[in-house]
Amino acid sequence: MAETRPYKKPLPRVDEESRGYWEALARHELYFQRCRDCGTARSYPRAVCPSCLSSATEWVRASGRGTVYTFTVTQQNQTAGFRDELPYVLAMVELEEGPRLVTNLVGCAPDDVRTGMPVEVAFEDVTGEIALPKFRPA
Amino acid sequence: MSIWGTTAVVGAWEHPTRFAPHMTAFQIHAESARGALADAGLTIGDVDGFFTSGVGPIGLLSLCQHLDLRPDHVDSTSIGGSSFVSHCLHAAAAIAAGLCKVALVTYGSTAASERFAVGTAGLVMGEPPDQFEAPFGPTIVGSYAMVAQRHMHEYGTTSAELAEIAVTMRRHAGLNPHAKYREPITVEDVLASRVISSPLHLLDCCVISDGGGALVLTSAERARDLARRAVLILGGAEAVRHLGIGRHDLLDVAARQSGPLALARAGVRHDDIDCCMIYDSYTITVLATLEALGFCKPGEGGAFCAGGRIALGGALPVNTDGGGLSSNHPGMRGIFLVIEAVRQLRGEGGEAQVSDAKLALVHGTGGMLGQRHSGVTMILGRS
Repeated sequence: MAETRPYKKPLPRVDEESRGYWEALARHELYFQRCRDCGTARSYPRAVCPSCLSSATEWVRASGRGTVYTFTVTQQNQTAGFRDELPYVLAMVELEEGPRLVTNLVGCAPDDVRTGMPVEVAFEDVTGEIALPKFRPA
Repeated sequence: MSIWGTTAVVGAWEHPTRFAPHMTAFQIHAESARGALADAGLTIGDVDGFFTSGVGPIGLLSLCQHLDLRPDHVDSTSIGGSSFVSHCLHAAAAIAAGLCKVALVTYGSTAASERFAVGTAGLVMGEPPDQFEAPFGPTIVGSYAMVAQRHMHEYGTTSAELAEIAVTMRRHAGLNPHAKYREPITVEDVLASRVISSPLHLLDCCVISDGGGALVLTSAERARDLARRAVLILGGAEAVRHLGIGRHDLLDVAARQSGPLALARAGVRHDDIDCCMIYDSYTITVLATLEALGFCKPGEGGAFCAGGRIALGGALPVNTDGGGLSSNHPGMRGIFLVIEAVRQLRGEGGEAQVSDAKLALVHGTGGMLGQRHSGVTMILGRS
């Protein structure tokens, strides 16, 4: 019988400002927000536009394509979950629509990661309700 | 009314311990308060303003109880390791405004004896932005490493250039009898040390120690009647950087805002500065900060730090006590930047004295350079 291994890494604490973002991710859809008044795109999601303080918000579905803005190959992390999966790649990915996300790069050897390389979103279902937007080489 | 030049650091004391399993953090605060007040020639009864951080959300109250303080003015600004530099600026403003007369700033930590993994513990889920980061395993060192990686990408900065900074700090630590690590190291040693979070190696990272310190500030007028040569607070500024709406340039660190403002407020130029105390949580912190402060152009930090320029005897000695990279780092190092600057401006640097040091620039960085961080710059001058 397959042993079920509990997920030990931190799970997002979903709140009223982020619920729509996480619900979309569970459907394997990546969204960012745009202000309906001043047009400024923002990520991560929040209720009020920092540029003009408007609450009029639209959700924009991201293509899921982007490039690596920067990264680090993590060789040491004492936290449960992560310490069992060293090394792993922590990165910032710039979506082709502009906003950047903190994420992990998966599906390639850590030594092969380069700043500027094209990537695409790879949804990772970690619980029934939560999927994380990770990225793999495109 | 300007506050600049009207207040002074009149007492400074660094706790000599680097490993204190037999002590509590509050005890280190208390012993440091004793040291700094004795240095100033003042007593605990003179203190009417109290400043501290790193003691929990309302820990200032507990520490007031521990020291039986009943201050008229308090501030526990907590913006990471730079907090204590910030406290000095806030104390200067409070003294100039008449909110208190004698300000005590204390710090104490037993991070090393508690085996606290300062830089390699994961981010815990606390504030709203953490939900978009913590699931991916950021560490403090990882955040700084992403700045280093971006710097290398944009400017071709090398690991050897970063290593040179660690080598220089170790050379300075060799002159400091209290420093945690004093044996000389080479660039090759740094590059051969294990990678913690690429491109940063073990020796690119600050040490983890126990320790603490304290500062006493009062008006420049009152300082004239005290025992020690006063060190004047000539200017200062704070800044905050973060990922904002997801378009932040990672190399635009807080020092780019606080540095020029602090220099302008002090009415001095880069060329006037005799030595710098730059928060060196990691080698990249020094390089990025010196660039952002304007001592060199963006991208020139590697070359600027090479060839002994930031070593004792060089044009701009940095961290003459050995810094966090070699002397001590109990988690929040800002207070030691100020203590070492005071030492230099009093001419008490011993073998590590910068000749005829008149002006020092202190810059504290707090938080995570590649995510959310604070920068506090302060210009100190010999009276």
